[in-house]
Amino acid sequence: MSAPGTTGADVDGDVDLEDVVAADHAHVRPWVLMAVLAVGLVVATIVAIGIGAFHASPGEVLSVIADRLGLDVGNPPGPLLDSVIWDIRIPRVLLSIVVGGALGCAGAAMQGSFANPLAEPGIIGVSSGAALGAVAAIVAGFTLFDTWSVAGAAFIGGLLTVALVYVASRSNGRTEVVTLILTGVGINALTGAVIGLMTYLSDDAQLRSITFWTLGSVAQATWSKVLVVAPIAIVGILIACTQTRKLDLLSLGERSARHLGVDVERFRVLMLVVIALLTASAVAVSGIILFVGLVVPHVVRMIVGPGHRTLLPASALAGALAIVVADTIARTAIAPSEIPLGVLTALVGAPFFLWLLRRTRARQGGWA
Amino acid sequence: MGATAVSVELGRKRIVRDIDLAVRAGEVVALVGPNGSGKSTLLGALVRDLPLAGGTVALDGEPLASWSSTELAMRRAVLPQHPVVTFPFTVGQIVRMGRAPWAGTAQADDDDREVAEALDATDVATFRDRAFTALSGGEQARVMLARVLAQRTQLVVLDEPTAALDLHHQEVVLETARKRAAAGDGVLVVLHDLGSAAACADRVALLSAGRIVACGPPDQVLVPEVLSEVYRHDVEVLAHPVTGELLVLPRRDWSPPSADL
Repeated sequence: MSAPGTTGADVDGDVDLEDVVAADHAHVRPWVLMAVLAVGLVVATIVAIGIGAFHASPGEVLSVIADRLGLDVGNPPGPLLDSVIWDIRIPRVLLSIVVGGALGCAGAAMQGSFANPLAEPGIIGVSSGAALGAVAAIVAGFTLFDTWSVAGAAFIGGLLTVALVYVASRSNGRTEVVTLILTGVGINALTGAVIGLMTYLSDDAQLRSITFWTLGSVAQATWSKVLVVAPIAIVGILIACTQTRKLDLLSLGERSARHLGVDVERFRVLMLVVIALLTASAVAVSGIILFVGLVVPHVVRMIVGPGHRTLLPASALAGALAIVVADTIARTAIAPSEIPLGVLTALVGAPFFLWLLRRTRARQGGWA
Repeated sequence: MGATAVSVELGRKRIVRDIDLAVRAGEVVALVGPNGSGKSTLLGALVRDLPLAGGTVALDGEPLASWSSTELAMRRAVLPQHPVVTFPFTVGQIVRMGRAPWAGTAQADDDDREVAEALDATDVATFRDRAFTALSGGEQARVMLARVLAQRTQLVVLDEPTAALDLHHQEVVLETARKRAAAGDGVLVVLHDLGSAAACADRVALLSAGRIVACGPPDQVLVPEVLSEVYRHDVEVLAHPVTGELLVLPRRDWSPPSADL
């Protein structure tokens, strides 16, 4: 060691760090994680479809699906089995997949495009705006088209609120992240107050609908909902997955990303639109499901590292898996009643989030 | 790159005014000056981070505003003063990000070689697989420099690249800057250490209170009278007895630690 003084001390410090980091960075290979998640999702889906008050084995589930797809299964399933599986369970589980995939991917995209590990789609007002739209539709008595009017109002409310947050936080043709997030906090408080007011003014039946909606649930799944929302979610996830290189660059900070060729302002607008579409479409059919968009990307990042090329699709798969499992627990744990799905995800997600905060704080000495 | 009559305002305050500065291919230009003289602000304007209140900045003869972000990124790399990485990317991943502007071009074939060279040049190849966020400040600074080198641009802008580094790695950085200039690239570097500026720069621009008070070869700019006034501190400039290299020393009227103790 020829270098004197501080250099020597530096080198000593590095040796200790190296052990910690080496242990921490035993990341799983991307394709392994993707394969595990994909297989896990398929298995969870088949099992979830079978579980419930009316129990069906995986074989029976597969025979119903095969029968419906026009395959010859030899021994056709009975009409009751067919009806429960095909008309009730499968739409519900498929909607869980769509909602979870959209929320997980939107969360990862949000954290990436704002280079902020605490960013969550809800922060920019999508969820609260959607809630406002839904509650307004319920209180105004728009039951004309059944749940569609509520879902539609939620979707529009979510998108309008994001647009409002974005416009309000923009100045001199630029959007500062902190301003955007604080504007979101302000708008969220405002929508919360208006929702409170409407809740206060609603009658008992409306109150029940509002509560059901704000606590989050996929119980009102139908094939038509799946078929409307799935294309939006799939397109959103695919667009997000084409932007992964730029998301990586943004973690170097706005300026460095710009110096590496990213048109940051335009890119953020694109990502906001994608995130808003994903979240609003999920929230519109499921109500408010907390913490999936925040926690799932963190877990995936711990397992596979921060590169967005894997993080985005893996977060979509993991989010889908999380909601499929959570909803199965929600509807079976205290059968015949159901735990509201949003309550369950928050019960699990919130403590995890707090642990995450402490862990990161211990590592990095707090947030800048 | 050339700046003509550039002025920049932050808030309502004019931080730098009427700056003319050029960086030509094959030369290292050092930007020096006391704290608060406007170095970072000027640099911000030169790399389009800050809007101009007056004047123009041109790259390859075209105004900066007419280039797209990607076109700029293929011609000019910028090392920020404070490295930021939000998520625990590895050193290798970060240096590879420097190749982003070349994605989809023929130059993308050189990615692996450029990354490897940049890692070697900055002496960070050994921790290529470690997380950036777990490195020491000096190591992080070198990784960021490697990323800038890997970008392979004809102009390199370095904001205080030596600030966090030990003596050996400061020399590595200065030598790297010289090598890039020798290879025909232009280098603009902000430095605090005037001796370093004298050692590696073809020209030194001395900034004081938002204006360039002197610009030219080191031995013409780094003169005791000017430096003493700009830094408000008596400064001596000596020639090294053997190499003739310029040594810039602050005059000290407080007593040094006594050898008797």
